[in-house]
Amino acid sequence: MTGQHSMAARNTLIEEQISLEARASSVYPRRGKLVLQDGMVFEGASFGCERPMAGEIVFGTGMVGYPEALTDASFSGQILVMTYPIIGNYGVPEQSAWEDERIHVSGLIVSNYIDIPSHAQSSMNLAAWLQREKIPALEISDTRLLTQHIREHGVMPGKIIFDVDIPFYDPNEENLVARVSTKHVLRQGMGDTTIALIDCGAKRNITRSLLARNARVITVPWDYNLFAPTVDFAFDGIMISNGPGDPKMARQTIATIQTALERRVPVFGICLGHQLLALAAGGDTYKLKFGHRSQNQPCVLHDTKRCYITTQNHGFAVGTLPPDFVPWFVNANDGSNEGIHHIEYPFFSVQFHPEAAPGPVDTEWLFDYFLEKVRG
Amino acid sequence: MEKLQKVLLLGAGALKIGQSGEFDYSGSQALKALQEEGIRTVLVNPNIATIQTSKLLADEVYFLPVTPFFVEKIIAKERPDGILLSFGGQTALNCGIELFQSGVLEKYNVRILGTPISAIMLTEDRQAFAQHLHSIAIPTPQSRSAETLEDALHIGEDIGFPVMVRAGFALGGQGSGIACDGEELRKIVMGALAFAPQVLIEQYLHHYKEVEYEVVRDCYDNCITVCNMENMDPLGIHTGESIVIAPSQTLNNSEYHTLRAASTAIVRSLDIVGECNVQFALDPRTSDFYVIEVNARLSRSSALASKATGYPLAYIAAKLALGYGLTELTNRVTGVTRACFEPSLDYVVVKIPRWDLEKFKGADETIGTGMKSVGEVMGIGRTFEEAYQKAIRMLDLDFEGATSEKVFAKSETITENITRYLYTPTPKRMFALALAMRCGITVAEIVQITGIDAWFLQRIQHIVDIEQGLRIETDLSAERLLALKQVGMSDKRIGELVGKSGLEVRALRKTFGVTPSVFQIDTLAAEFPSETNYLYMTYNGQHHDVAPLGDEGVIILGSGPYRIGSSVEFDWCSVSAVEALRKHHKRSIVVNCNPETVSTDYDTSDRLYFEELTFERIADICEFESAHGVIVSVGGQTPNNRAKALEKYGVRLLGTDAAHIDTAEDRNKFSRLLDTLGIRQPEWKMLVGLPEVYEFAEKAGYPVLVRPSYVLSGNAMKVCYTPEELEQYTCEAAAVSPAYPVTVSRFFEKVKEIELDAVAQRGALKAFVISEHIENAGVHSGDATIALPPQTLNAETLRNIEVAGRAIASALAITGPFNIQFLAKENQVYVIEVNLRASRTFPFISKVTGVNFIELFVDALFSEDIPAVQVPRPAFTAVKAPQFSFSRLTGADPILRVEMSSTGEVACFGEDLEEAYLKAILATGGKIPRKGIFISLGGAEKKLKFLESARLLATLGIPLYATEKTCAFLRDNGIEATMLYKIHEQKYPNVLTYFRDSKIDLAINIVDGYIKKEVDDDYAMRRYAVDHNVPLFTKIKQARLLVRALVEKDVESMAIKGWSEYRS
Ligand SMILES: Nc1ncnc2c1ncn2[C@@H]1O[C@H](COP(=O)(O)OP(=O)(O)O)[C@@H](O)[C@H]1O
Ligand SMILES: Nc1ncnc2c1ncn2[C@@H]1O[C@H](COP(=O)(O)OP(=O)(O)O)[C@@H](O)[C@H]1O
Ligand SMILES: [Mg+2]
Ligand SMILES: [Mg+2]
Repeated sequence: MTGQHSMAARNTLIEEQISLEARASSVYPRRGKLVLQDGMVFEGASFGCERPMAGEIVFGTGMVGYPEALTDASFSGQILVMTYPIIGNYGVPEQSAWEDERIHVSGLIVSNYIDIPSHAQSSMNLAAWLQREKIPALEISDTRLLTQHIREHGVMPGKIIFDVDIPFYDPNEENLVARVSTKHVLRQGMGDTTIALIDCGAKRNITRSLLARNARVITVPWDYNLFAPTVDFAFDGIMISNGPGDPKMARQTIATIQTALERRVPVFGICLGHQLLALAAGGDTYKLKFGHRSQNQPCVLHDTKRCYITTQNHGFAVGTLPPDFVPWFVNANDGSNEGIHHIEYPFFSVQFHPEAAPGPVDTEWLFDYFLEKVRG
Repeated sequence: MEKLQKVLLLGAGALKIGQSGEFDYSGSQALKALQEEGIRTVLVNPNIATIQTSKLLADEVYFLPVTPFFVEKIIAKERPDGILLSFGGQTALNCGIELFQSGVLEKYNVRILGTPISAIMLTEDRQAFAQHLHSIAIPTPQSRSAETLEDALHIGEDIGFPVMVRAGFALGGQGSGIACDGEELRKIVMGALAFAPQVLIEQYLHHYKEVEYEVVRDCYDNCITVCNMENMDPLGIHTGESIVIAPSQTLNNSEYHTLRAASTAIVRSLDIVGECNVQFALDPRTSDFYVIEVNARLSRSSALASKATGYPLAYIAAKLALGYGLTELTNRVTGVTRACFEPSLDYVVVKIPRWDLEKFKGADETIGTGMKSVGEVMGIGRTFEEAYQKAIRMLDLDFEGATSEKVFAKSETITENITRYLYTPTPKRMFALALAMRCGITVAEIVQITGIDAWFLQRIQHIVDIEQGLRIETDLSAERLLALKQVGMSDKRIGELVGKSGLEVRALRKTFGVTPSVFQIDTLAAEFPSETNYLYMTYNGQHHDVAPLGDEGVIILGSGPYRIGSSVEFDWCSVSAVEALRKHHKRSIVVNCNPETVSTDYDTSDRLYFEELTFERIADICEFESAHGVIVSVGGQTPNNRAKALEKYGVRLLGTDAAHIDTAEDRNKFSRLLDTLGIRQPEWKMLVGLPEVYEFAEKAGYPVLVRPSYVLSGNAMKVCYTPEELEQYTCEAAAVSPAYPVTVSRFFEKVKEIELDAVAQRGALKAFVISEHIENAGVHSGDATIALPPQTLNAETLRNIEVAGRAIASALAITGPFNIQFLAKENQVYVIEVNLRASRTFPFISKVTGVNFIELFVDALFSEDIPAVQVPRPAFTAVKAPQFSFSRLTGADPILRVEMSSTGEVACFGEDLEEAYLKAILATGGKIPRKGIFISLGGAEKKLKFLESARLLATLGIPLYATEKTCAFLRDNGIEATMLYKIHEQKYPNVLTYFRDSKIDLAINIVDGYIKKEVDDDYAMRRYAVDHNVPLFTKIKQARLLVRALVEKDVESMAIKGWSEYRS
């Protein structure tokens, strides 16, 4: 099975099957299986939507912020394993607190699901939310074994199934950015300076962070040509958002960035945006064995002893740096690149998430830094 | 900065409530960190039971009081170029501040390493600190400080009641409390100003969440939070008294990171270099927060955080103090990653305090803003239920889990118990929760009453429901059993509910293959591979992270929670055993559950199971590891109690076998043995009816010592001087029935008590030490002042003791450590009891004589026939003195009894008994009297016995005060003294006002052995002394020794000698 067939189509097919299934079986909680491509199988109680789903299996080690993580479009096409075992404690907040208007993970695996949340801001429990959004979720007690397995054998295709089997699916073969990006232009705020945000699956906190700093934000689709004569707005800087999958799939975005660089428009990339800037400027990216998906990644400001604790969620990384760019941040654990900066112009990007949500807010200052450059 | 040659580290001194074993852990790690740098280390700490004061860690140790006076002399002598203040708790911090303020540190140019002293002083001055926080836009509760009662009262009115009162510069909430009106405020403030210069009156935040962050910062401004912790009990219950969960469970991302950002902002604003603890109040409705306090030093919470995450906080803090950056240090646990990161947990830990309030006659059992607990445990699991129920069992109080109802008096109805214990916070509240749920009280109602977040209550409700279900549907399938184990139910508890024994459930479980997984604590939730030896067991898993050690491994059972009667001394024994095993090429596997210990440190043993010391869990570990054997004799009474069951189950015990341990523990068997050996013991009888008890008492003669097998209330042991007293005690406190026999012994008055500590191999005595109590028998050996070498024992007594020791060793075929307590009367010795394990005195005797008795024991296990060691008689005198924490235990009678009540100990050395004793007294909070001495002597005999000492006291030229009769007696003997009325006489001048106006700084209150009324004037006087921080002496021999020491010794001219100088 390849990415040629669109997920959506396949899913509608399957939905019919499972609605049948659901009626057929009355046992609750239903048990489901998590099957990995290498044959590893785990059983667990279902607490989400009882619908089979295939994707790439990844683990995240953050201990708080599951609503933020689940609505992070960078997880699109992935089945997320939470290493922190107890999930669901504070329920689900109002939409306004999410990172996008829907859940993006394809499936969720936790060790101990909490069905009765306790929090003033909770509007429903996690299961209700997952079911409403048709996302399957299993309670598999030994998530540690699962994590060790992924650590050793790398991320791989996996699927959550109930009664009907479905084929594996590798999201990296599909242009996920196209799937999660906005379809039309959105204008927010009325600040003194205008930032064009290229939405490759942007977390809302990027926009919030810019608006909070008195910027006007115009969000455009991933493949929107900001330099086409038809564009009816002016902008002072470009922000390239985070997003899912292999950066090389987002060719149009790369093209837009190249023009921006020629025109010397200030550019700031985050996560996928970082990889896209690197590619646009002539660098290269590669796939990590099992990525960084955590809230405790130490990043050293290059050539200093200053280190920041950052939130990360990426499976690809920047390998060869583009010409005229220098390393900006480096991962203190595995030495991988965490940020690049042009030697002369305001072109820069970071692999981690200064907008946090979830995670530590230590690198928020990067938004100030960006806007300084933009405001000149 | 230039390289340091020598660094002075201030220890925390004796263990006391509010400052316990956690500082042995932090000090030890700091010393290791310094050693690695090749820096010479000098340690001041009179707490001889600690691991930090063993030869391995510090280059030089001073067993001297951690007071400015002594530390200055040590600095003058040692000339260190750096000093560490933040590893010895509040004691070290306060001492350091004084040394700084008096210019001593500058004079000898000693650099304060790590956090600047200015920051420390700022955080200690609550008012100034609040202002500082406001200047960086961090909110604190409305508050103002006062130095006088009047101001305090005004402020209370202004802020509006209820208000919270705290004492500045005090540890563990001493003197703090909540006042709902002016009168209560008056009481609390008067108490607090008695020992603190300043009180803080603060707006009381009702039912807020209490959350803590442990923050680390280096000199490059890198700042991380290693762990956050949430108190299950709401604000108003001291964090040290609360059930604490790490990481937080009910905070969402924005709350978690708002507080995290605030913590790092505070720590940066203070230029902390090292470790810092920040405590927050969080409004559960609005998410608004306030800062409660900041501790700019290692604390109880940081020890907990270190064990909870596996992150070596104290070690890292020490390295940072030396100028390292976080990015320059590796994560010791993974070995591959940096120390500059924030641990990610894939488990949850639950800390529960251990209180021993029932051990203190008259102590108020409510808990609140001040500390009363004496220890703590930490349960680790992958569900809250699992971790919580583990922790409850770890308390070692026979609670099987969350639903235990043992603590509730059968005499009271369930509703009475619920109303009392749900509404008033006490150590029993955690069990009142489940009880209330069982009786249908809803979670919502309990939230209202207790302020405990519904999340925790729902988890407990879950346990209650599962148990109810099991009561109804009792069949046990494999799935069912697994589910029960996953919420942390013990085999025994499951058995209770389905009518099986714990062993039957265990057997069934094993046929189903339902056994726990062994998981590592690796600080990174398995994101990176790691070699860590830090382990726990869980049923929420299906694999093991490690492989069994097999025959190479030797399992050492640790001490469990610190408590009255079992403390850091047993951690020293455990760690010494670990060290000794290396020599014999065995790999140590430590089992312990106490986060305040060094034995649970990441680099102490070859393997650490942070686990329950229950039979079930020990058996699980033995079966998994299939180790060479198990050592039960170094962890105190808890491991000792497991011996029988373990051996019966087929576990191989190393050392004396269980049958003989049993003989020693079982009074009947033991005294039959003594009879056959012709060794005397105080005559005793086990009796089942009152008439027999009286009969025995008449025959043996009063007083008698009564030990009930079932205690209704109060003390478990009592000396009765009259039939009336006997009657009162037996009907009020002790059940006497065929089901609950009592043991009545003849109680010897005015006799010496002596300790024999020894090691034997296959029944042959290999080494022994005899030490002597200063007080007569009747003061528990744990509360007694002990002198080594013995001071007043003649050759014949010594010989009789040795002979008895040898006879018992061979009769019980002892291989290992043991301790015998003797009474000595006219050269005759009587055995009180034998412990076939290392005793409380082992670190003391080992360090004083230079012969490590634990090492000897381990040699005895692994070498064919070890040579007997002639233990040298020390060329100096060592005195071990108890530390009491009565000031914390409102209402408790601070008198020494046959039951132990001290929380810690120190030992000091000297040319003679007097010198060593005076140092020891100063090391346990005593002061040289300067203002006035109060004397009250009960009975003619005691008066005469003290006359000589009174004459000496008069020579000090300090005013003497005495109660009526004592005063008359003194004057008749030509000793000038001022008469003070007793409290009930309500006349002026009286004892009370003199204490309150601090005109007295030494109180000697000797009562007749026989205290008539339970609560009498003597009690009131003693309590007043304690409440006003006046050193109190209640035993004649103590008091006489003290007077000799005060008169003969001059602290100014005392020799300041290090341990090595005494040894050479
Ligand atoms: N304003 C307040 N309202 C209610 N409870 C408080 C308040 N301030 C402190 N407390 C409670 O008192 C305890 C002790 O106060 P704290 O400032 O931490 O003193 P300590 O130095 O003894 O730790 C805290 O753990 C908290 O539970
Ligand atoms: N028969 C006795 N006469 C006088 N004092 C005694 C007698 N028996 C016990 N004691 C005192 O009581 C203390 C505690 O008794 P012990 O049997 O050692 O209890 P524990 O098991 O708590 O140590 C002893 O240290 C001793 O001071
Ligand atoms: Mg505190
Ligand atoms: Mg004893």
